Amino acid sequence: MFRSLASRRIGLAVLGVLLLAYPLLDRNNAHVDFLANAGAFILLALGLNIVVGMAGLLDLGYAAFFAIGSYSYAMLASQQFGIHVPFWVMLFLASGIAAIFGILLGAPTLRLRGDYLAIVTLGFGEIVPQTFLNLSQFTNGPNGISSLDQPSLFGKPFGFSATPYYYVLLVLIALGIVAARNLQESRLGRAWMAIREDELAARHAGINTTAAKLSAFALGASFSGLAGVAYAAKLNIVSPDEFGFNVSVLVLSMLVLGGMGNIAGVIVGSFTLSFINSFLLPQSTAIAHSLGLANVDFTNYRFMLYGAILVLMMLFRPEGLIPSRQRAAEFHEALSDANLAHQEQAEYEGAAR
Amino acid sequence: MAAPLLELSGVSRTFGGLVAVDDLSFRVDAGTIVAMIGPNGAGKSTVFNLITGIYRPKGGAIAFDGRSLAGLGTARIASLGIARTFQNIRLFAFMPALENVMTGRHARMRANLVDSLLHTPRQRAEEKRVRERARELLRFVGLERDAGQYARNLAYGSQRRLEIARALASDPKLLLLDEPAAGMNPREKDDLVALIGRIRDSGVTVFLIEHDMGVVMTVSERIAVLDHGEKIAEGYPDDVRRDERVIEAYLGRADGAA
Repeated sequence: MFRSLASRRIGLAVLGVLLLAYPLLDRNNAHVDFLANAGAFILLALGLNIVVGMAGLLDLGYAAFFAIGSYSYAMLASQQFGIHVPFWVMLFLASGIAAIFGILLGAPTLRLRGDYLAIVTLGFGEIVPQTFLNLSQFTNGPNGISSLDQPSLFGKPFGFSATPYYYVLLVLIALGIVAARNLQESRLGRAWMAIREDELAARHAGINTTAAKLSAFALGASFSGLAGVAYAAKLNIVSPDEFGFNVSVLVLSMLVLGGMGNIAGVIVGSFTLSFINSFLLPQSTAIAHSLGLANVDFTNYRFMLYGAILVLMMLFRPEGLIPSRQRAAEFHEALSDANLAHQEQAEYEGAAR
Repeated sequence: MAAPLLELSGVSRTFGGLVAVDDLSFRVDAGTIVAMIGPNGAGKSTVFNLITGIYRPKGGAIAFDGRSLAGLGTARIASLGIARTFQNIRLFAFMPALENVMTGRHARMRANLVDSLLHTPRQRAEEKRVRERARELLRFVGLERDAGQYARNLAYGSQRRLEIARALASDPKLLLLDEPAAGMNPREKDDLVALIGRIRDSGVTVFLIEHDMGVVMTVSERIAVLDHGEKIAEGYPDDVRRDERVIEAYLGRADGAA
């Protein structure tokens, strides 16, 4: 896509300026609001990519950490207990809390792999929102916690405009990208990749697989802690039904669509699904309504559409839109191996006849 | 007499009713090349797996460099200075050759989570050194041209050599080679023999399992023979070659009872 490093840099700089200027160019608060929400999901996708894409640990309960981040803010920065930790401190605090829960979840699953790991993480993803639902003396149960503290910067509160949140998320994403890239090209990132490729050989290379996996869970969770705080503050309310299985699946679909293990791919996949989910479907429904089709609601077809996208991706581009070099090779070698096996089988059968 | 770098005393391991290794005592002296041979299923690979902590011995003790390996995990044992290759190659298939070797250096690297996250100057300097060292090792095994290739795309013999380079990256004191000549053509075998010699000359003790008698007899200073988990002979190559029990284990009894 980009011919050289220089043109790539120029492209990124232009994109950066555009993103910074966007709220000034587009006065429509709904658009900025959509982008800020999409930003929270990009942050989630970047975090899940560390766990699934880099370390190869299939996590189907990632929304749990998003819930933990959000509820941390709701409990520690609202009238709920009269505690008012500032937003900026909460970003650090909640990512730390989420990381600790990442380790707590990771520890019992260390010996599990693939399907078994997925089932346990799925369970964790269900348990956490249920816990928030049932601990009603602390969380108000199904009503959730409302009127969270408004963040403020230099004494100026954020107010009800989405623009300040947009900038907060932009900065968090930028930091997240740098962190994810650094990790990928480091001792730890190589250790994750080695575990993904061959855990036994990784241990023989002196890699403490326990520590490496736990750091993947912790770092991945810390990203969703950040996203949770920003999202909760922006929404001003948290409730247990925001963090269901469908959120975990949505974030995982973002990785599959964009290209697991590749940071640019993850961002593109995440943005695309957010765009379909929160913009394209509601907007086309509105258009249909204005045309007199009052009974049409495209947002109901959301999951059918995700399903269709995933099936099409698996058929035509299993490595994702912008895959990492490794993933592309893995899928295509696997496919050509399958073809080869198929051919050999056909030849064998031909000879037998 | 040289100090034993690795010493197995009365080591046993059973799997269910099967005795894989039976009361095996054996030593590898520092600075030597030692081979273990034996028919298929004699328990040779199990010995390697016992040394590297994949299996725990049911009895006996293993000491390395004067300390017991009992209860230590594989990663810990690797970081003490025991590196190995595998009978069925276990490279990181979709990593470039250079990164395979860099990964082998893991235990000797210091970068912690914060260094990795922030790419501190310390981390950058270390990455650079490790990259250089990995290139040196690729040159050492003759793969400098393939640094950017995925391990999977290398020729079979090259994959075996890459595994050796990855193992050497941890600066081991002892290198365990599990059938390094398997699947190699005669020229590759000659290169391998030379390579093993150079590894020993660089100060690394080599302990190998090998079926190829040409390679074993050329390269080894001492040979131990394993049959049904028991050591049936040990000594200099020429002695082992003439040992009756060894000939019997490989060829069956002369009176045709087999």
